[in-house]
Parts: sequence; C-alpha cells; structure tokens
Amino acid sequence: MKKSFKLVGLGCANCAAKMENAISKLPEVSSVSINFLTTRMTIEAEREQMDGIIAAAQKIVKNYEPDVKIEKA
Amino acid sequence: MMNQKKQLFRIVISGIIFVIALVAGFDNPILNLTLYLAAYLIVGVDVVLRALRNITRMQVFDENFLMFIATVGAFLIGEYPEAVGVMLFYQVGELFQDYAVDKSRKSIAELMNIRPDYANVKRNGEIITADPDDVLIGEEIVIRPGERIPLDGVVVEGRSMVDTSSLTGEAVPRDVAVGSELLSGCINLSGLLTARVAKEFGDSTVSKILDLVENATAKKSKSENFITKFARVYTPAVVILAAMLAFIPPLTFSDAPFTEWIFRALTFLVISCPCALVISVPLSFFGGIGGASRQGILVKGGNYLEALAKTEFVIFDKTGTLTKGVFDVQKIITKEMETEKLLQLAVLAESHSNHPIAMSLKRAYGKEVKSDIAREVQEIAGLGVQAVIEGREILVGNAKLLSEKGIVHNEPENTGTIIHVAVDGKYEGYIVIADEIKTDAAKTIKSLKAEGVKQTIMLTGDKKSVGEQVAKELGIDQVYTELLPGDKVQKLEEIMARKSKKGKVAFVGDGVNDAPVLARSDIGIAMGGLGSDAAIEAADVVIMTDEPSKIASAIKIAKRTVRIAKQNIFFALSVKSVVLLLGALGLANMWAAVFADVGVSVIAILNAIRVLNTNSSLQ
Repeated sequence: MKKSFKLVGLGCANCAAKMENAISKLPEVSSVSINFLTTRMTIEAEREQMDGIIAAAQKIVKNYEPDVKIEKA
Repeated sequence: MMNQKKQLFRIVISGIIFVIALVAGFDNPILNLTLYLAAYLIVGVDVVLRALRNITRMQVFDENFLMFIATVGAFLIGEYPEAVGVMLFYQVGELFQDYAVDKSRKSIAELMNIRPDYANVKRNGEIITADPDDVLIGEEIVIRPGERIPLDGVVVEGRSMVDTSSLTGEAVPRDVAVGSELLSGCINLSGLLTARVAKEFGDSTVSKILDLVENATAKKSKSENFITKFARVYTPAVVILAAMLAFIPPLTFSDAPFTEWIFRALTFLVISCPCALVISVPLSFFGGIGGASRQGILVKGGNYLEALAKTEFVIFDKTGTLTKGVFDVQKIITKEMETEKLLQLAVLAESHSNHPIAMSLKRAYGKEVKSDIAREVQEIAGLGVQAVIEGREILVGNAKLLSEKGIVHNEPENTGTIIHVAVDGKYEGYIVIADEIKTDAAKTIKSLKAEGVKQTIMLTGDKKSVGEQVAKELGIDQVYTELLPGDKVQKLEEIMARKSKKGKVAFVGDGVNDAPVLARSDIGIAMGGLGSDAAIEAADVVIMTDEPSKIASAIKIAKRTVRIAKQNIFFALSVKSVVLLLGALGLANMWAAVFADVGVSVIAILNAIRVLNTNSSLQ
C-alpha cells in the first residue's frame, strides 16, 4: 500500500534528500519519495509494516531536522 | 523553522554591532572580541546550536556544522570580522532562500488549488455542507454559481455554464443541462445546479489529477537523479579537499603558514552544501509538470517531461486524434437539383435508419424530419435505401445500388463514403461523408516541426486513399495505411529503430484502442483524457482536451523546463568550482564563498520559479 504524509516544518532541501535516502534503506520500505516543495512524503510498503516504518521514519527525520513532524496528509 | 521576522531583527542588531566594532576598531582586545562574539552569537546562535547537536549525532556533513567549523576556525586564527561577516551574510542568504522557497511553495499551492473544500449535500430535505470525502455515490449535491464542483456527477436539475479551464486550460466555458456529466474541479459559473454524485471523491477527476501531479515527482528525471547522486558525493569530497588543503601545503613547504592554509580550507567548507542544485532542479521539473497541468496536459513524471524535450518522431493515430472520429457530410454535388433538396431527400429516405451514415445525414440537415413522409421504405442491405417520397421513387445508396438499378452515375475519386441519390430512375448527385480533420491539426504538425521534431508519421487502419489524403492535407511526412491493430506495434518498433541514441519517439492515440502501442513507445500520449479513466491509466502524458496542438505545447513546456534546469546546474556548478579554485589559490575570501553557497541558491530558485509561468513558454 501507498501512504502519504506531510512533513511539517521541512525547511532544508538537502536534508529532505538525505531523509529520503535513509528511509529508503529501511528494509521494510519498498519505495519512498519526499517532495521538498509540497512537503509531502509518500511511502510504499506492506500494510502491517506501516506503523513500524512511520516510527522509524520519524526518528530518521528528527535526526536531520529536529523540528520536523510527520503528520497524516 | 525560524520565524522570518525575528530572524531579520537579529540580522539587523547583529549587523549594527558588527559595523560599530569594525569602524571603531577598539584597541582593547577583550572589548573587541566581546563585540564580535556578541554579533556572531546574536545572528548565528541557531546555527551553532544545530551544529553542536549534530556533532552528538555524528552528522558531520551537515550545512550548519560546516558553517560552524568555518566561522569558529576564522575566530581561532584571529579573523574576527571575517567570521562574523560570513555568518551574517550566510544568514541573510538563508533568509532570502526561505523567502524564495516560501514563494515557490505558494505558487505551487496555487497551481494545485483545484481541490474542492466542501460539498452541499441534500440530506433529509435539507442542504448541509459536508467534506467531499464523506459524500456517497447516488446522493444529490447542489452547486451554486461561483462554487467549485466537488465530485463527479450528472446534472439532475438546472442549467449553467461551467468553467473547465483549471483542468483543461480551455478558456471557453461549457454548457451543461439536465443529463450532462459534471467533472469535479470545474467551476460553476452562472446557474444553480443539482447533480447526482457518480463517483466517490477519491475516484473523482479532481483527486485523480492532483494525485497524478503530486506523485509525478516520484518518477524522477535524469537530471534530478544526477543531482541526488552528485549531492551525496559533493559534500564529503569538498570536506576532504578542505582537510588536504589545510594540512598538506603547510607540512610540505616551510614557507606556507598554517593560518593562511587553514583559512583557505575554511572557505571550502562554506561552499560545501549542494543546496542550490538540490532545491532548484526538482523545483524546475515540478514547476513544469504543475504548469503543464494548468494547460490541460498531465505529465506523469519528470522523466517523461525530459523525454518530451528530446522528441524526434511523433506518431499519430488518425481517427480521433487528428480527425474528429465523427463522420460528417463534407460535400454535396448535384446535377440540377438544389443541394439542400438533395440532402432533404436523402434524409427522408433514411429517416427510419439508425445507421451511422443516416445519423450524419440527419446532423447535416439539422431540421426536424417527419418520418411518415417516406413510404414503402426498403432497406437493401449493404447497398442503401429505396423509398417513395411524394409519389416519386427515391434511391439512396452506394454506386453498386445504382449500377444494379441500371442508373448511370458519377464515380468520383474521393476519400470518404459516397452516397448517391437518384429520383425516378434519374441520377441527381451525391453526398460525401467523411471524418473531419480537427481544426488545429495542420497547425500542430507545423509547430511540431518548429520545435525540432524530425518526422511526423501517421498510422491508420483506414484505406490507403483516405489516409494519404489526410496526411497530404496536414503535411505529415509519412503515412502507413490499412494497418491491423497488431501492425501498429510493429510499425512503431520499426520507427524506434530509426531514432538517434538520445532521441525519443512519442505515440499519440485516444488511449482506448491503442494501449499496447502507448506502452511500447518512449512517450505514450493519450488525447481527450477528461472523463476517460482508460486514457489516464494507459498513457505517460494525458491531453485533457481533444486538441492535438497541446502536444506541441507540451514539448515547448518540456524544453523550457529542461533548459532552465540545465541553466541552474551549469550556473551553480561553475560558480562553485570557480570559487573553490580561487579559494584554493587564496584569491577568494569567505564572502565570495558565502555567495557561492546561499547567493547561488537564491538565484537558482528564482530562475526555477520562471518555469511555473507556462504562459510565457507558450508564446
């Protein structure tokens, strides 16, 4: 399944690229794309894995930009 | 993110202290250092904090961290004004960059601003305002003048004009009345409409279009992939170069002082962020895709936009793409009778028929026909109709019918279907029915050539004479006729073998009958996508209207997008490498380095925003 999120407070394009790269390396994620301009993140993965992925992604996002929150789009 | 006004205030205060320290030039070293440090911290405290936090997380290639090292390094070697000035200049640049990003986000939001916020639903005799997501299929919604149509549906009451421009780029509003299909995202202009919902919000046109445009960024262009890869190696490479610059010359040559070379290395660190490219190149492509959608052209990915810019061959399907796919009366040739009278006789004779030819005749005649005027109507299968009208025997049909009845008739060389008419055994003339060429088709072929398309080719299942006539009229370079559906894929492959290494082949069809060809070509373009899910699914690029001229527009937008993205790549890389080189030689100071970082970002973003204005790329 595909799920979209908002990255609220996303301010740095290079960080967004790094987040995308790091999240794509999570083994459960089949694809991820972060659009810096719409601040939208789309993750594709198995439905059961999604909650775990979101938690992991939130950690990664915080690592690059501590003020950014993942919200439901 | 820092509040922009607050940040501006800090920059001003810090700037004032900086100027005082610079102009006064206090002899007291402690006072001097205090002033510079105060100015530095006021403007740069957030950078310092983020840098320290990043050290604990081992994020050493972060922009904040490198800025911090560069400025602290400058402090340590005694270059106070340089340290403060650079931080100040950097923050000014960041502020500008924030503004520019905000501005582009706003422009994009505006572009995407076709999402309806609410629906007026009739429930239990009342009209309530609801989230379009909560409206069910079969419910009735009310759309007042000026409101956006929230869901796809069918009009059950009212009459109005509907503005489809945000979906199609078409300025002329459409007339809708009871029974008309309504598409979400359009704006109701004049009358009150009640409609029965036909699709859930998620499946409605507006959601589909927004989804497509927003997800288009997931399919990245080559330039974007290049930038992503480049960004990953660029920062580490520059940092390693900086380290080498700081230590190798002083350790190798006795007359090379450490402070001098460390200072040069610090300028490197300032230029180590690839931000200008990381923001501006995706912005260009996203802008191109968004702008095209406003013209009624949906491009499903940056990669397709890039491919469009390299189109060498455009292959058209004929029927429904270059021609209207509707058979109309093109010509009426008579011997003595008035053309109107001949048409009338033909229509009367065919009045009982639902055959496509009879329908075309009725459309051309345009007046109400009384079906009881024609008597003794006899359909002669495959040949035509025989009838008695006002006491005269009328024959309407093909040449074979007249030959069988022994009537001498013309055998015109023509490209359509010929309907002969004879009255009481005497030949009166004929009517030509043919598929009409779209009004903008010839213009399309011309503008494609002007855009550098090498060859235009038409494929059709139609007979040779018809296909060649249409191709000649439009100025199409090559035509393949009498093709079976399977032949089209084969022809496409032959053509694809002819293209150059970088060139692309686009195929344009209606998206319904030619899915295999659309899939096989480099760029599959479907026409008339508005309201047709099949076309939207099958193609890489969807033209919402029936106008082939949009293909030329799409190529124009694509070329402009790619050009602007390339400008930015070239500009950013050349400024950065020149400043790096000059920095290594000791000819560029940190100020130049900050310009090469944030200054270049701001300029590149502003340049990329130009893409959003598709009107100027279409001029």
